[in-house]
Amino acid sequence: MTPLLDVRDLVTTFPGRGRALRAVDEVSFQLGRGEVLGLVGESGSGKSVTGFSIMGLVDAPGRVASGQILFDGEDLAQLDAETRRSLRGRRIAMVFQDPMMTLNPVLRIGTQMTETLHAHEKLSAAEARARARDALGLVGIPSPQERLDAYPHEFSGGMRQRVAIAIALLHRPDLIIADEPTTALDVTIQAQIISEFQKLTEEQGTSVIWITHDLAIVSGLADRIAVMYGGRIVEAGTITEVLTAPRHPYTRGLIRSVPSENTRGTRLAQIPGVTPGLGRMPEGCAFRTRCPRATEVCSERPGRFGDAMAYHRCFHPHEEALA
Amino acid sequence: MTMPDIHTPAATAPSRDSSTETPLLELRDVSRRFGSRPDLAARISIALGAAKPPPVVHALDGVDLTIRRGEVLGLVGESGCGKSTLGRIAAGILPPSEGQVLWKGEDRKTLRGKRRLQADLEAQMIFQNPMAALNPRMTIETLVSEAPQIHGMINGDRAAYVDDYLVKAGFDPAMKRRLPHQFSGGQRARVNIARALAVQPEFLVCDESVAALDVSIQAQILNLFMDLREDLDLTYLFVSHDLGVVEHISDRVAIMYLGRVVEEAPVAEVFARPNHPYTQQLLAEVPRIRPGKRHFNAMKGELPSPLDPPKGCHFHPRCPFVHERCRVEAPVRREIAPGHSSACHLNDVSAAA
Ligand SMILES: Nc1ncnc2c1ncn2[C@@H]1O[C@H](COP(=O)(O)OP(=O)(O)O)[C@@H](O)[C@H]1O
Ligand SMILES: Nc1ncnc2c1ncn2[C@@H]1O[C@H](COP(=O)(O)OP(=O)(O)O)[C@@H](O)[C@H]1O
Ligand code: SF4
Ligand code: SF4
Ligand SMILES: [Mg+2]
Ligand SMILES: [Mg+2]
Repeated sequence: MTPLLDVRDLVTTFPGRGRALRAVDEVSFQLGRGEVLGLVGESGSGKSVTGFSIMGLVDAPGRVASGQILFDGEDLAQLDAETRRSLRGRRIAMVFQDPMMTLNPVLRIGTQMTETLHAHEKLSAAEARARARDALGLVGIPSPQERLDAYPHEFSGGMRQRVAIAIALLHRPDLIIADEPTTALDVTIQAQIISEFQKLTEEQGTSVIWITHDLAIVSGLADRIAVMYGGRIVEAGTITEVLTAPRHPYTRGLIRSVPSENTRGTRLAQIPGVTPGLGRMPEGCAFRTRCPRATEVCSERPGRFGDAMAYHRCFHPHEEALA
Repeated sequence: MTMPDIHTPAATAPSRDSSTETPLLELRDVSRRFGSRPDLAARISIALGAAKPPPVVHALDGVDLTIRRGEVLGLVGESGCGKSTLGRIAAGILPPSEGQVLWKGEDRKTLRGKRRLQADLEAQMIFQNPMAALNPRMTIETLVSEAPQIHGMINGDRAAYVDDYLVKAGFDPAMKRRLPHQFSGGQRARVNIARALAVQPEFLVCDESVAALDVSIQAQILNLFMDLREDLDLTYLFVSHDLGVVEHISDRVAIMYLGRVVEEAPVAEVFARPNHPYTQQLLAEVPRIRPGKRHFNAMKGELPSPLDPPKGCHFHPRCPFVHERCRVEAPVRREIAPGHSSACHLNDVSAAA
């Protein structure tokens, strides 16, 4: 069966001094129907720009320079702006870290939701309002009928994010891209929102790209994981494969720097140095200036070793499971 | 009476006999309120029922807390529960509305002159947002040397003094003539740390000091905190909403809920045997890297407003074990095992049984 989403060698660039900088650099991955992919990496690694590229939301002078974004067999990168707009919200939706990216501060919640519904569907005002109310109820907003008349500022941060999720799910899209939707929230609120999001997307069979820097969340939420560094996916595979036996030195370093019960009273494993800015990424393997396994050959660009579902980009991958 | 089945506290606890030594810091029944103070006319109209009292935020409500020399006390709780307020009071930069703050056994309020200044310097705070804490127009060198210079702590070469503390914080002194905005978040965190260290403190309050950092940078800074503790004999109050971080770095942990410390215990103990219903639910959500899809379960509700805290036990509207007494009577925190205290009425029931 063809995957719902098949991204092939996607390159998204922003103009830099005298040359285009690749914020997304030959990114490839597939996502099946109803599947959850965790897109993981530290800040600046290209997660959001990957999401924006799929959504068609990369603003000029940034642009998708090459590659294919096959959605249900059709290459989104080739579609005109109008067709893409009609897909957004209806078949592909995005949830942002800041819910105010979705919400209009001067409109009542109910108005925003019914407007969204009317934009894509033929239904009466009463039907739209009922749909909006039910959607709020589903994401755990108490007294949804009354809350339809509230403005965004009358909600807590967690409640606002629930509204944004309710809006994203209004049209039962095939794909939701969730860009760090719980990063700014308390662990308790985060767990509430993930739990509701998980329940709803499972019921509706929605495919999900869950963007985060949090490996712990992804480990319990996603079927598969793709780890980004310097605009590239350096490793991809099933959650179990990648988290128990990471092949790429960066993935391994990242997992081992997370503090937990097992690291109590010990030093954390450190990845030396910092991620270079886009303009200073080393030639060849982007990780090579920080990598303990780097050799001469790493000044060549590592290709994808493996297949579309499970691969890594490293000349000297680890073979052993993580201790 | 038989002793409850409790293992010895975490092996990471400091080895000196801390039970007899005067604690470095002790908070006794400390409360802190925020809000406008009504003037006389307003107080009269309030008393006569002609005006509503102005809103008062009960940020801290009768907190007792002891920090011993050399230990790392982790402080956790949902945002708005009063962690930063407690941290600021512990660092001596915010006075309590009520209660006592004892620094090395002496009431901070009674300290004057040189002793007051010394106490101020000995406790330093490292904030979450290193950019907000650093004057953008000052070079790194000036930022680090400013306070120790004012206080006459630099006897020899100023440059050498600054370099020494920058090196301690893992910052390359060759870059000290630059401005804060020229550095990454991790580097700025190091400058902030160097700056706090430069006044030779004994006690650091770290308020979400690694929260804004990427995982790999966070690991570097956490390691730095551990090294500094060894090298400089520091004591920490480590405020964080990240349970993994707290679990990693703390010897003891205090759990806060809406202005109160509801439980306190050695780190291994509280994670293995959380007693308070709030702690139990909070710790059930410790994020762990554990491959395999699971269903996320969540504690219901949100932290109530500190403008109007629930009567009795603050946790009662969200507690699965709530009973009549909880709605009227605030539970007192009591020792339930050596070094482990908790504030829940259920402990009385089980003690009586
Ligand atoms: N509008 C933009 N203009 C120029 N560079 C950008 C823009 N948006 C993102 N970038 C750059 O692209 C890279 C990837 O950014 P992003 O996808 O936001 O990272 P992440 O979401 O992983 O933190 C970064 O180096 C960032 O600075
Ligand atoms: N200066 C202040 N004025 C008024 N209210 C404040 C002030 N500082 C904190 N508060 C309030 O006190 C409560 C506790 O805040 P804080 O100590 O910052 O909590 P935390 O650090 O746990 O998030 C919050 O409701 C907050 O809004
Ligand atoms: S390709 Fe070389 S430098 Fe890159 S991660 Fe592998 S070993 Fe390290
Ligand atoms: S005192 Fe009552 S409401 Fe509070 S935590 Fe204990 S059982 Fe729950
Ligand atoms: Mg992003
Ligand atoms: Mg705070």
